[in-house]
Amino acid sequence: MSTIIKDKKTTGLEENGLFPSNEVMLDLKQLKKVYPTPKGDYVVLEDLNLQIKKEEFVTIIGHSGCGKTTMLSMIAGLNPISGGNISVLGRHIKGPGPDRGVIFQAPSLMPWMTSLQNVLLGVNQVFPDATKVQRNDIAKYYLQKVGLEDAFHKKASDLSQGMQQRVGIARAFAIKPKVLLLDEPFGMLDSLTRGELQDTLIDIWNKEKITAVMITHDVDEAIFLADRVVMMTSGPRAKIGDVLEIDFERPRTRKAVLEHDDYYKYRKHLIDFLEH
Amino acid sequence: MKQSITLGKVTKFMGLGFLSTLKDLFTGKLEKEDLKSFLRKVVVPLASILLFLGLWHLGAKSLYNTEAEFKIEKALNDQGPEAAEAMRECIASGDISCQPNTLPSPAKVWDSYQSLLKDHQIISADKAAFAEKTAALNEKRVAEGKEPIVYTGRPSFVDQIFRSLKTVFAGFLLALLIAVPLGIFIGLSPTLKSAFNWFIQIFKPVSPVVWYLLVFMIVKTLLIDSSEDSSFTISFISVGLCSMWATLVNTAMGVSAVDKDYINVAKVLKLGTFQKIFKVILPSSLPLIFTGLKITMSVGWMVLIAIELLAQSPGLGTFVWEEFQNGANDSNAKIIVAMFVIGIIGFLLDRLMLFVQNSVSFEKTDAI
Ligand SMILES: Nc1ncnc2c1ncn2[C@@H]1O[C@H](COP(=O)(O)OP(=O)(O)OP(=O)(O)O)[C@@H](O)[C@H]1O
Ligand SMILES: [Mg+2]
Repeated sequence: MSTIIKDKKTTGLEENGLFPSNEVMLDLKQLKKVYPTPKGDYVVLEDLNLQIKKEEFVTIIGHSGCGKTTMLSMIAGLNPISGGNISVLGRHIKGPGPDRGVIFQAPSLMPWMTSLQNVLLGVNQVFPDATKVQRNDIAKYYLQKVGLEDAFHKKASDLSQGMQQRVGIARAFAIKPKVLLLDEPFGMLDSLTRGELQDTLIDIWNKEKITAVMITHDVDEAIFLADRVVMMTSGPRAKIGDVLEIDFERPRTRKAVLEHDDYYKYRKHLIDFLEH
Repeated sequence: MKQSITLGKVTKFMGLGFLSTLKDLFTGKLEKEDLKSFLRKVVVPLASILLFLGLWHLGAKSLYNTEAEFKIEKALNDQGPEAAEAMRECIASGDISCQPNTLPSPAKVWDSYQSLLKDHQIISADKAAFAEKTAALNEKRVAEGKEPIVYTGRPSFVDQIFRSLKTVFAGFLLALLIAVPLGIFIGLSPTLKSAFNWFIQIFKPVSPVVWYLLVFMIVKTLLIDSSEDSSFTISFISVGLCSMWATLVNTAMGVSAVDKDYINVAKVLKLGTFQKIFKVILPSSLPLIFTGLKITMSVGWMVLIAIELLAQSPGLGTFVWEEFQNGANDSNAKIIVAMFVIGIIGFLLDRLMLFVQNSVSFEKTDAI
C-alpha cells in the first residue's frame, strides 16, 4: 500500500484548508465514507478535506478503486455521507439537486426520448416559470453548443456513444448548475472522439464558467482541462494526497499545451505520484 | 428524414418476414445468394406442412382401418357372418350410419370446414331476413319503450369465434387494468412487494377451472337479482384473473429494475413522483410490461376454451364441447377444424401484440 504524501509545497494556501470563504464554491470537510460489508465495515474515505473555488475546473486522478466515484456521488447527494460534511456556497447539502449537475460515465440518456426531450427533461424542471418556447430555446441553444443542431429530434438510442455524451453535456449545462460533476465522462470513447469531446466541453465551460469537478484516468486529459489536478491516495481510508496547480492561461489549445515547457514537468509529477 | 413504409418493412415488423421473400420470388428480384434463405424460409416450411399432412393422412387411415375391422369383428361375434358381411358393405359404401368413429383425415376436416362456412352463410342470411322482417316492428317497440325483439337462433361457427374473441379481449382488458397499475405499485414499493408476494406466489399457479369456480361463486351472488345471463361475465372475469399474473409479475419486475442511471438522473433533476413514474419508470419498463401482456394474451386465449366450456358461455369452447357430446358423424372433423382455428387465432393474437409492442416501445423485439 502506498499512501505517501509528498511534495506539500505545491499545495500552498489550501494546505491549511482555507481559501477566503467568499471564493469557495465547494467545501468537503473531514469527509468519511464507510461501506458496511459482510466482512465488517470498509472505510473508503477518511479525513478527506478539499476546497474548490468558484469558476474553477478541478480534475481528480487516483488509482482504480480508491474511492473517486464514491466521493463524487457523495457530492452529488446520491450517496449518503458517513462523517464530516459537504457544503456548496457555505450551505450543507442535503440529497441531490439541480444545483449540482452530473455527467455520468455512461451517457444515461432516456433512450425512448429524442435528444431535445432529454435536455428538456431537466430544463422544464429547473425553469418551470419560463414559457414553452423559452425552454425549447434553452435546450436547443445548448444542443447547438455541443454540435448537435442536426439531431434535435433523433431518438437517443439512435445516436452514437459520442453523440449521446454530447447530449449528456448539453443536459448538464442547460440546467445551469452551480457545480458540474463529471465521472470519467469520456472513458468509454475512442481517443479521437474523446479529444473532440474535450474540446466541446472546454469551449462551453469557457463561456459558462461553471465550477467543475471531473474524475479521469487520463493524465493528459487531467492537465489539459484543469486549473488544479487533485491526486487521491489509494484506499482504504483514501484522502487527498497532493494537488498540482496547472498554470496555463485560458483559453488553451491542445497544441499550445503540448508545446509548453511546463507540460512535461506537470506530467512527470502526476505519473510519479501514481507510480508510488 | 422521412421513413418510407414498404411491404417488406411491415411484414418484417409483424414477424411475417417470409412473405416478402415470397414476393421477391414472384417479382424476380431474388438473387442467387438469396436462394439459400429462400429454401430455408419458404420451401422448408411448405415441405414440413406437406409431410405433416401426409403423416396425418396415413395415421388417420390406419386408425380408420383398425376401427372398421373391430366393428366387423364385433358384428361377426354378436350376430354372425351375415351381419359382418353387411357391416363390411355398409362401411365400404360410405353410409353415415356405420362409419368408424375415429381421428378424421385431412380431407374430411377440409370438408367440415367448408360445411361450417356454408352453415354460417345460411345462418347469416337467416339473420338478415329476420332483421329485415322485424325492423319496422322493433322501431315501434323501441318507441313504445319496450325491448326490441332479437334473433335467438343457433349461432354459427363464425359467430362463436367472434364471441370467443370478445370474451378474450374483455378478459385481457380486465387483466391489464388490474395487473399493470398493481404491478407498478408493487414494483415501486418494497413494502407493498412483501405484502403481496405470498399472494402472487400462491394464486399464480391456480388452475383455470378453480378460478372459474371461484368467480362463479362470487358473481352468482352479486348478480342474484339480475335476470341477465351471467355466463359471459363469469367467463371473461375468470380469463382475466387466470391470465393476469404474467403481466403483474413482469410489470413489478420491470418497474423495480429500472436502470440505476435513469433513477440517478431523475434524482439529480429532482423530478416529482408523477414525472418520475411517467417519464422515466414506465417507459423504461415498457418492454417487460409488454412481454407480460403478450403472455397474458396467449394464456388468456388458451384457458378461454376450458372456461367457456365450463361456463356454457357461447364461443369456441362451447362449440367444441357440444360437438363432442353430439357425436354426429362429422363431429370429430369439426373439432379438428376448431383446433386449427384456435391455434391460428392464437398465433395472430400473438403477432398483434408484437406489432403493438414494437410500435410503442423503444426496444425492438423480434418474432420467434
Ligand atoms: N455500494 C458499495 N458497497 C460496498 N463497497 C463499495 C460500494 N461501492 C464501492 N465500493 C468499494 O469502495 C471502493 C471505492 O469504489 P469507487 O467506485 O468509489 O472507486 P473509484 O475510485 O471510482 O474506482 P474506478 O477508478 O475504478 O472507477 C472500492 O473498493 C469498491 O469496491
Ligand atoms: Mg469510478
